[in-house]
Amino acid sequence: MPSESGRRPNPEELLRQLQVEEQRNRAGRLKIFLGYASRVGKSFRMYDEGRRRKMRGQDVVVASVQSKLTPDLLDLLKTLEFIPPIRVTLGEKAYEVLNVAAVLQRHPQVCFVDELAYDNPPGSRHSQRWQDVRELLDNGIDVVAAVNLQHIAEQQDGVARITGKRPAQTIPEEFVRTADEIVLVDVPPEELQKRDASAGADTRPLSELRELALLLTAEVVEGQLQSYLKSHGLEMRPGSQERILVCLTPRSNARRMLERGRRNADRFHCELLALYVRQKNLSSSDQAAIDSHLALARELGAEVHFLETGNPVTAIVEFARVHGVSQLFVGHSLPRGWRGFMSRNALDRLIRASQGMDVRIFPQPAGT
Amino acid sequence: MSGTGGNRGKHKIYLGYAAGVGKTYQMLDEANHMLRRGVDVVIGYFEPHGRKDTIARTAGLEIIPRRQITYRGATFEEMDTQAILLRRPQVCLVDELAHTNVPGSERTKRWEDVFVLLDAGIDVCSTINVQHLESLNDQIWQLTGVRVRETVPDWIVDEAAQVELVDATAGALLNRLERGAIYPPEKARQAMENFFTEQNLSALRDLALRHAAHEVEEKLPETPSPLSSESQAGHECILICLDEEPAAAILIRRGKRVADYLMGSCLALYVLPDLDWERLAPAEHEAVEKHLSFARNLRIETHVLEGKDIAQTIANFARSHDVTQIFMRRSAPKGWLRSFRSGNVHRVVRLTRDLEVTIVAERSPQTVAAFRN
Repeated sequence: MPSESGRRPNPEELLRQLQVEEQRNRAGRLKIFLGYASRVGKSFRMYDEGRRRKMRGQDVVVASVQSKLTPDLLDLLKTLEFIPPIRVTLGEKAYEVLNVAAVLQRHPQVCFVDELAYDNPPGSRHSQRWQDVRELLDNGIDVVAAVNLQHIAEQQDGVARITGKRPAQTIPEEFVRTADEIVLVDVPPEELQKRDASAGADTRPLSELRELALLLTAEVVEGQLQSYLKSHGLEMRPGSQERILVCLTPRSNARRMLERGRRNADRFHCELLALYVRQKNLSSSDQAAIDSHLALARELGAEVHFLETGNPVTAIVEFARVHGVSQLFVGHSLPRGWRGFMSRNALDRLIRASQGMDVRIFPQPAGT
Repeated sequence: MSGTGGNRGKHKIYLGYAAGVGKTYQMLDEANHMLRRGVDVVIGYFEPHGRKDTIARTAGLEIIPRRQITYRGATFEEMDTQAILLRRPQVCLVDELAHTNVPGSERTKRWEDVFVLLDAGIDVCSTINVQHLESLNDQIWQLTGVRVRETVPDWIVDEAAQVELVDATAGALLNRLERGAIYPPEKARQAMENFFTEQNLSALRDLALRHAAHEVEEKLPETPSPLSSESQAGHECILICLDEEPAAAILIRRGKRVADYLMGSCLALYVLPDLDWERLAPAEHEAVEKHLSFARNLRIETHVLEGKDIAQTIANFARSHDVTQIFMRRSAPKGWLRSFRSGNVHRVVRLTRDLEVTIVAERSPQTVAAFRN
């Protein structure tokens, strides 16, 4: 499950990141409260923030509320101005459409929107509510909104694997990632079961959803931190994130190194990188070996990098430092393996130079 | 979290990443819910920090008065564990789990007081920040340049019945700080210059979110036990090789953290060189004892062996204990021990062909500074 998370950006992701940064320059600011299931308390947290913002003198309105309101929520909502939705009935189905025109006319400082994933009826200004919100943002109104994990389109496969269900109403994940702020509303599954009998007796699915939501939030936070650092000309400091780099050579015990790397990456919920420092004049069997190692690396979801250099130790350490690596996996040649990549001397230099990261030494297969 | 049901109380921890994210606020909110449901809940210890919104939430909740302790002529206040035991509530709220009690208190750490309450069948809700986890101490230092003094062993959080993440954005936190909602102005200004930077806070938040995800995974029901056949093959056993240097503490923390994340086991071994305790200087002897007791506090099984050939002793031990990874330090000590310890990394690698050896980094903020220029 976590294997899809935390890759380093490929070109497409870089492009997406650029889009994210562009989006963040919108006129209004978007804040999202994310929950892993209904009844975690997103709405309460959201409106409580509305109450506190109003107390601090901000001009606050509420433009969309959820259909089932608890007494707690009703009490909170009484303290806030409400712009009623447009009610539409089509056949059997009743809709509540966010009244974009009315909000734009009222032009508050900040507008609160519950149930961000919502399909408007045909003929509405926008087909989905998140697009309504985008229009408010484009017009300089800050929006605070709430959404559950299972409504994020790109998370639906993962969610369906856990729950067997796939809600119809979705928002694109990019909209969540482009939020200026994201806040996770967390609660232990046992509490949820107490609140809602329909949550089921088994806490496992809820726990798995919860883990997905925590990791998605962590990724968004990390992305935001990286763009903050970039825009301020700062470098990522080691210590916050794990990142694993496997250094491959033709004769290395690649399968073991990569499989261990994959497992560590899964358990630490972090990225796996593989690096090959090109060697000249490889024999055809060595070339075949390294090709198959690299294919395995890709298969296991590692991001593969190449370096052309005369001094592998310096190159590896510099690469690892720039990429914020915390665990460096290298092969160690046993006495007779002169073609092995790390001689005792080179290994010593690597260990000395690789400050701030752990070096995990894998014995190379005997006879190489 | 209500009712005492079984014998031991249940522990719920509100996990945050900095002062002011709203841990206490959230805990009090839930206490008020419990109160309305008729649960007998009291505040055992509460740190108001002059935060109005938080203090408002204590209205209606019973507060057990603190106990006064005089130390070196000054008066300190600590949680009155005895009074709580006498009062016997169903649920007791305890702020700042990582707090170290003033000398003269019955117990050194507040978490030990919490354990007394739990043992007495009282449910406890407590608060902690991710940087107070023992296993993260070096990483936090590396990241922020701040050595967090008050720590709790990770197993206390692992063993808690529930861990709830209290999230807030770094921006919101900085706003609160600027408004004076967290600390008084002078302290707030200092905080923003040091620990409370956007970079530190975001990185800590990232850590807290990922740690909460780890706790969720750890607490998943029906996790295959390490002994089941499915995971037997992949079961990791980490051996931490101690030496006489203070930096061995880093090795212990890191080894334990990695073992926990890999859901493996962890052993610590000290090999006494030259078979003779008398040759160790008192400071060296003391350091070794300190490491061994630190490891035991983190629930690591410790072993002491005597051996002229340290690398060989380590290799033999590793083989007979089904170790999969050996954690060692980079640098060899100075003085007479050097001849025993230098070159051991290579020898261990050679002697344990099927094992992996991890050289643990000496994480420090100076390393960062060195990188910068």
